[in-house]
Amino acid sequence: MTEYQRNNGFFHQVYHVAWADLMYLKHTFWNTLIMTIMGPILYLIAFGYGLRTGETDIGVSYVAFVIPGIMALSSLSSSFSSTSTRINVQRLYYRSFDEMMMCPLSLSAIILGKSTLGFIRGLLGCFVMYTIGLFLAPDLQLTPLAVACVILSCVTFSMLGMAAALIAKSHASMATFNSLVILPMTFLCGTFFSVDSLHPVFQAILYVLPLTHSSLTIRAACLPDNLDFPWISLIVMLVFMVAFFLLNHYLLKTRKV
Amino acid sequence: MLGKPNCNSINTGLVDTTSRSMSVSENNDVIVIKDLVKKYDDKVAVDGISFSVHDGELFGFLGPNGAGKTTTVRCISTLTNITSGQVLVNGIDIAKDQTEAKKYMGVIQQQISLDKDLTIRENMISHAMYHGMGKKEREERIAELSDYFGLGEYLDKPVDSLSGGWKKRAAIVCAMLHQPKVLFLDEPTTGLDINARRLLWDVVKRLNSTGTTIVLTTHYIEEAQVLCDRVGIIDHGKIIALDTPRELINRTGKMCVENMEGEKTVYRYFPHMADAQQYITDNHLEDAIMRRTSLEDVFVELTGKSVGDQR
Repeated sequence: MTEYQRNNGFFHQVYHVAWADLMYLKHTFWNTLIMTIMGPILYLIAFGYGLRTGETDIGVSYVAFVIPGIMALSSLSSSFSSTSTRINVQRLYYRSFDEMMMCPLSLSAIILGKSTLGFIRGLLGCFVMYTIGLFLAPDLQLTPLAVACVILSCVTFSMLGMAAALIAKSHASMATFNSLVILPMTFLCGTFFSVDSLHPVFQAILYVLPLTHSSLTIRAACLPDNLDFPWISLIVMLVFMVAFFLLNHYLLKTRKV
Repeated sequence: MLGKPNCNSINTGLVDTTSRSMSVSENNDVIVIKDLVKKYDDKVAVDGISFSVHDGELFGFLGPNGAGKTTTVRCISTLTNITSGQVLVNGIDIAKDQTEAKKYMGVIQQQISLDKDLTIRENMISHAMYHGMGKKEREERIAELSDYFGLGEYLDKPVDSLSGGWKKRAAIVCAMLHQPKVLFLDEPTTGLDINARRLLWDVVKRLNSTGTTIVLTTHYIEEAQVLCDRVGIIDHGKIIALDTPRELINRTGKMCVENMEGEKTVYRYFPHMADAQQYITDNHLEDAIMRRTSLEDVFVELTGKSVGDQR
């Protein structure tokens, strides 16, 4: 019998966990692409052109203002929904999540691996929206900081999706979480308008939510000539990412899944 | 219907043990369980059980639904955290090094747990990758095991295009790819028709004959009697008897006499046929039936209920 060397290095484990989801993405790529871009494009048409035009307070067109917001929104909706839906189905219906949990994989690798699908889908949505933005709003710039903020946002929301799917007892409870948390965030967290224009009480509530900080960082990074970069929001996003990672780690370790 | 497995030899990665008794040794336990307790809130699912499974053995857990069989397997396979006690797999304490212990185990869950968004081959590759297997090794193993289980033509088909029996075979292949020392089968034949069930028994027997230690849970008496070297009867989370099927039967009495007393069938057990015959003669029981005692009789004697009873 041939003796083979098995590779269980951390990054190999991450890839091995992500592989099945990447195959799923490959099988459903065109369907996924359409689902990923339809929402943001509709938001752009409805909010960017349907409701408002003209110049904003920061000296750029409303389309230039709203596209980074829609990118943040895409990072939330695509990353969250693809990770949460896939894990939810694998955990509650296919039971293939249990199979993975019985294999010699580190919990950190499982978290990163299972977040990869959502991360890629979020990135895809943001990329498509940014490409559209290049034609519609020349003020937008693709800075390294913008790329970093988009990546951070996608990773964070993908991990949030994982936590939601691990906590959910059923598909219905996932839908409830979507309706109560994700949908309000989508519209209120500075994606289509500046949070600063709201009553201070609402501002305080919205600044607790991660999408607000995602919108602020991505917008400022894409419009560096018009906005100061909110470093505190970047730190808040990092804190959210670490918090979601630790929550997932706790849920997996204590087998509360 | 399930086809017969290819009867070529299969490489489980272990030494072929044609004589099972050679591999069964008290000092060579693959699994050792000490005072295992699992509670869900206030409900005790597993109540301080202790047992061991010998290397190369086919060990069965027999019990009614809800007795604690699946919970015990989930605890050993690290899928559920234990409340207290100790579980050693190949000498490794799962509380201390879960990742290392997992390398020696393969688990086939009661419910088919393949990813239905992938093909059978992709499911296998994914499992192999979870165990860190490189491309060459996993391709060889998939080809070898698929050939053995007759799955070759189904490899690139979606999971849902296969019948339950074939899906179960694919799940067994997935669990066997990394050459586990011990394979857990949680009610493997539940939901299968009788033909598929018997063919799966052949598969289990062949895997065991090549040296793989197998722990199976079942609520089918016949399955435990046909397959298992030793059987642990579990009820209310406790092991109430543990021995070979033959010994369990001998302890109850090899012969059973059943006769109607009023509206109730009464079963009496005797160590020898002559004793049973004598009892029938002495009591003038012309309508009594004398037969060999089955494992089901043992179970009913021990638990006071039928194995199919629900919790």
